[in-house]
Amino acid sequence: MSDQPVIIPSISKGKAWVFGDNVNTDIIIPFRFKSRTNDPYEMAKYAMYGFDPDFHKKISKGDIIIAGRNFGGGSSREQAPVALKYAGISAVVAESFARIFYRNAYTIGLPALEIPEIKGKINQGDELEVDVKEFVVENVRTNETFRAREVPQFLRQMLSDGGLVEYYKKYKQFPWTQS
Amino acid sequence: MQTISSPSSSLQQHEEKQDDSHIKNILDDNSLTFAEKIISIKNVETRNKKSTIISRSGDIVIVDVDLAMAQDSTGPLAIRSLNEMGIDSLHDPAKALLVIDHTFPAADEKVANLHAMMREFASKHNCMLVEGSISHQHILEYLAAPGMMILGADSHTCQAGCVGAFASGIGSTEVAAVWTTGQLWLRIPETIKINISGIFNKGVFARDLILDYIGKVGEDGANYKALEWKFSNEDIRNQFSMDSRACISNASMECGVKISVFPVDLISRNYLDENPRMNNNSSNDKSYMKQIEIHPGNSAEYLDEFEIECNNIKPCVSGPNHIDIVHSVDELENVEVDQAFIGSSTNGRIEDLEIAARILKGRKVHKNTRCVVTPASVRVYEDAIRRGYVEIYLEAGAVFTNATCGACVGTHLGALGDNEICISSSSRNFVGRMGALSSKVYLASPATVAASAIEGKIADPRRYC
Repeated sequence: MSDQPVIIPSISKGKAWVFGDNVNTDIIIPFRFKSRTNDPYEMAKYAMYGFDPDFHKKISKGDIIIAGRNFGGGSSREQAPVALKYAGISAVVAESFARIFYRNAYTIGLPALEIPEIKGKINQGDELEVDVKEFVVENVRTNETFRAREVPQFLRQMLSDGGLVEYYKKYKQFPWTQS
Repeated sequence: MQTISSPSSSLQQHEEKQDDSHIKNILDDNSLTFAEKIISIKNVETRNKKSTIISRSGDIVIVDVDLAMAQDSTGPLAIRSLNEMGIDSLHDPAKALLVIDHTFPAADEKVANLHAMMREFASKHNCMLVEGSISHQHILEYLAAPGMMILGADSHTCQAGCVGAFASGIGSTEVAAVWTTGQLWLRIPETIKINISGIFNKGVFARDLILDYIGKVGEDGANYKALEWKFSNEDIRNQFSMDSRACISNASMECGVKISVFPVDLISRNYLDENPRMNNNSSNDKSYMKQIEIHPGNSAEYLDEFEIECNNIKPCVSGPNHIDIVHSVDELENVEVDQAFIGSSTNGRIEDLEIAARILKGRKVHKNTRCVVTPASVRVYEDAIRRGYVEIYLEAGAVFTNATCGACVGTHLGALGDNEICISSSSRNFVGRMGALSSKVYLASPATVAASAIEGKIADPRRYC
């Protein structure tokens, strides 16, 4: 078990993995695996298991998930964004997110960018650049840039610090108590 | 020592009176939804300044939390986060609840070790620990009260909306933060009001109503939203027991809700009288918990209104693989089932076990089908024994398990193998939810599941009701 936290840089480049609507948390990491470990690196081995049990072996560090509506629906499992982040995914860009997944992604420091206009604009394997400081996604192949929906400043700050735990370690308080 | 009725105690009373007036102003504001009222009341600023601060849909507010729960698949991660942050003391252990329910009793050593971690944490911090009842059912039976702010690291925490509480799912690390400070940020959701009219036909139940609704609005049809349920009159209201309301509030999660609330009425008042809520404070003062009945204002603004006529609903079957693929049962008859599962937090209450037992009484489970029955709590289990249901199930050839989330999440006590088909009263039918990725789950009411257990294929419960 490694204790090294993964902190995603503000600009990341990677290949697009394109999914459709309603990718739920049971697809992202099934219960029977996530409930038997407390180690994020172990959780990563089951990232997107419901889509392809070998997904974690096929992706490269920095790759980006592109999805349709309601990404992350279902369970409250924080292990879902954790598994994606520790498998090497640097951001999830979706037309919309399910409520708890969205909260959890910011909490654990995985950029979750909501961009309804992304639909049909990214092909599987496209080279992408995600800039979390500017909240934009660029499709390097087409030169198109997409701006993500704004989130409150305290969430942006938490994300850039690497999530709630890292934020707390740094400032000894929770970000919303300042806003 | 002489007891003196000091001026300070009357002053305190006076202040408490003042305290109530700013809350009363919020409660009496006719322009507010349930969500706007309760979040305005729970706003940390409202408490600090003792003034009437009104917040509305879309506002982000820091609230005081009355109860924060984590279970055995989310609690260990909450504890891990606390450890990483170096936090060693909780804001108020009496408001922290740990429940070991999902893989209870432990199915293997990995789970056993995580359970041990939770027990050690609960013992060290003196917080509530429950083993062997599903968290949502335990909260309903003992802890949830009108006007409470309840957050839990489990999506179906929203079930407690059935008693007029604000109840919503959050993540593990957020629960860790609530345990640390007693507070969290919330965005006030927009509200969809659902007006219920009509009387259910034979063989149709609360689960059919909510599956039918989700089939119409879709898997994200109420994402981020509050649902407020309203009955058109007393006759309509009276067909929705607490168990039925709990089913609806719980299953509302499957269209993405933040909360799903039944404002307090005679049915919930009676339930709370019969199952009184006691304070759980460290001084062992077993007093009745303060309850605040919050009713939405007459001129509140709703994002949408939706009409449900119970008489138009048929027995429904959802799936496979997606909740919002909803059929009338007669469209799927003849789909053979390997397993029929009756239970879970969605439909494992005594009312559910009664309906299914009535159907299975004197009949046998089909030879090609396994029937697994799982009560939602120890109390439901005890009731089922007392009322003779367990005997009926066993005589019919079903397996009756302890209370757990086991089969629903495919972790033990009813997991599915390759290509197996299950009809289930549990919460979800996502790919691989109950086991193998190639297995398929159809969701239905306990009545439809029981009828299907008998026939070995998806079957219309109206033949048995």
